[in-house]
Amino acid sequence: MELERIDDNTWEIPRHGEMKVPARIFASRKLLESVRGDSTLEQAENVACLPGIQRMSYVMPDAHQGYGFPIGGVAAFDLEEGIISPGGVGYDINCGVRLLRTDFTEKDVAGKRKELLAEIFKEVPAGIGKGGVTKLSVGVLKEILVKGAQWAVENGYGMADDLRMTEEEGRMKDADGSRVSPRAMERGIPQLGTLGSGNHFLEIQKVDRIFDPETAHIFGVDGEGQILVMIHCGSRGLGHQVASDYIQSMEGAYGVTGLPDRELIHAPIHSAMGREYYRSMCAAVNYAFANRQMIAHWVRDVFKKVLGSSRGMGQIYDVCHNVAKIETHAVGGREKELCVHRKGATRSFGPGRKELPEAYRSVGQPVIIPGSMGTASYLLAGTVEAEALSFSSTAHGAGRIMSRHEAVRRFRGEQIRDDLAKKGIELRSTNWKGVAEEASAAYKDVDEVVRVSDEVGLGRLVARVVPIGVMKG
Amino acid sequence: MERYRILPHTADGKFRAFGATREEAFANAALAAASLMWDWWAIRTVQSHPVAVQGRDLEQLLYKFLEEIIYLFDAKNFLLGGVEDLKIEDGGENFRLSAVFWGDEAGGRYEIFGAVKAVTYNEMKIELGCGGWTIQVVVDM
Repeated sequence: MELERIDDNTWEIPRHGEMKVPARIFASRKLLESVRGDSTLEQAENVACLPGIQRMSYVMPDAHQGYGFPIGGVAAFDLEEGIISPGGVGYDINCGVRLLRTDFTEKDVAGKRKELLAEIFKEVPAGIGKGGVTKLSVGVLKEILVKGAQWAVENGYGMADDLRMTEEEGRMKDADGSRVSPRAMERGIPQLGTLGSGNHFLEIQKVDRIFDPETAHIFGVDGEGQILVMIHCGSRGLGHQVASDYIQSMEGAYGVTGLPDRELIHAPIHSAMGREYYRSMCAAVNYAFANRQMIAHWVRDVFKKVLGSSRGMGQIYDVCHNVAKIETHAVGGREKELCVHRKGATRSFGPGRKELPEAYRSVGQPVIIPGSMGTASYLLAGTVEAEALSFSSTAHGAGRIMSRHEAVRRFRGEQIRDDLAKKGIELRSTNWKGVAEEASAAYKDVDEVVRVSDEVGLGRLVARVVPIGVMKG
Repeated sequence: MERYRILPHTADGKFRAFGATREEAFANAALAAASLMWDWWAIRTVQSHPVAVQGRDLEQLLYKFLEEIIYLFDAKNFLLGGVEDLKIEDGGENFRLSAVFWGDEAGGRYEIFGAVKAVTYNEMKIELGCGGWTIQVVVDM
């Protein structure tokens, strides 16, 4: 495939054939190699062919091939002529990350690390097929789909401040739970308040390096050695079923002829089907916000129990990695409302955006980028430049480079646990095969991903954190 | 005849399932999907769930059929151990599939080592060759 070099970290597939806009890839030469190794670029081209796409089809530095849209794909569509696509959001709707700060330092937790992790492991349900602690009624679930994290706070999980420090304040207001299928709800009822499995995790981390002390301070990160907690999970079976239901319904309504890839199925945003998917997706987003809100609450309880206090455990932020949102951006010199699809990408609003909590409006939003298991994660800040570069978006993680199958062939979960222990990282899991699948060697180098994000200006480096305790589902 | 083969895939699970008939290939695809989550052959076949799905084409029929396994696991805690009486009808506008899933409830008895989140159409193939039917599926994990 022909790629035009724009600069060291920016590449372009010029418009050709059916493409309505060019595709732009943010990657270093090193990252580009792995991007070229799978069908990421073809998928970015396919996205560029969709009706009403604006500016460009974007590919983030951690991209890899997905279904329909690439993972790490960002595309925005005109609200009149454009489309919305379940494949542009992904199956795990509002898979995302929440980051909590603490007043504790590495020294405070030194002797208690094992106990902290063991207690979290006890309190937070995780793993495949593990139900939550709460048995929900359909009525309560419907309320959660509408109210998101706000429901959780009203019911004693966490604090009102947490909502301010969550994208959309933990509740997408366009949510409508009435079109979420009974089947999606049946899958969602036993899973609320659970971490799940796969790449989802919960980490106790310490701040390893601060790049920008002033911004870090505004985010609540005050010094190296400070303890943070990161929670990475999504909307579980409910979100997966919503995606799958609407892929099927859209096929019924629009057929599949002419689609280069069946997962690119879409509906006009203004159509009844498009609106219905959007509202149901918002409901799944809310489920995920509530899910992370409950888990954060249990983590605080554990800190209180083990360390005597959960003081200072405010929320730095909570970001979505798989979502479609209506946002205002400049296109062709004028502001317009668009439907921005981010699939495996993080919003990175810069200073001044009205959507941000007041505390962050001067520096831009916290962008939370988890690394692979046992490696560093990063806290970045959104930038003004990102608006013009990528509709205010950046990477979401490390991105896989090795199959699960291959990882299991090469690594053993128990060995990984022992290796991490030697590096001072405690690991607990319900599933050692799952640990092997998530071996850090199966992922891209997250340091390289965030370096590119920072150099290009998609999101700038604020702090690097490393795990001291990891819980895997 | 080999029932199925698990193939490498960067992010997710991929398999090919085989059968002398379409029905046999579909049943083997169900076992292949289950094999990414648990050892289906170790599951006692003490519970049954009838399955009936419709699809606009064979691909959608397969997608919905495999999704039943995920749904029954998430919502009913059911582990698939075998497929019986699988029938596919081409009825006018739609394809119809019926089958009986046999298996057991999850619990301490069985190890569950993988989670299939969703079926996908990515690289999906349903083909009749000279050696019989081959089905290829990528699932989201």
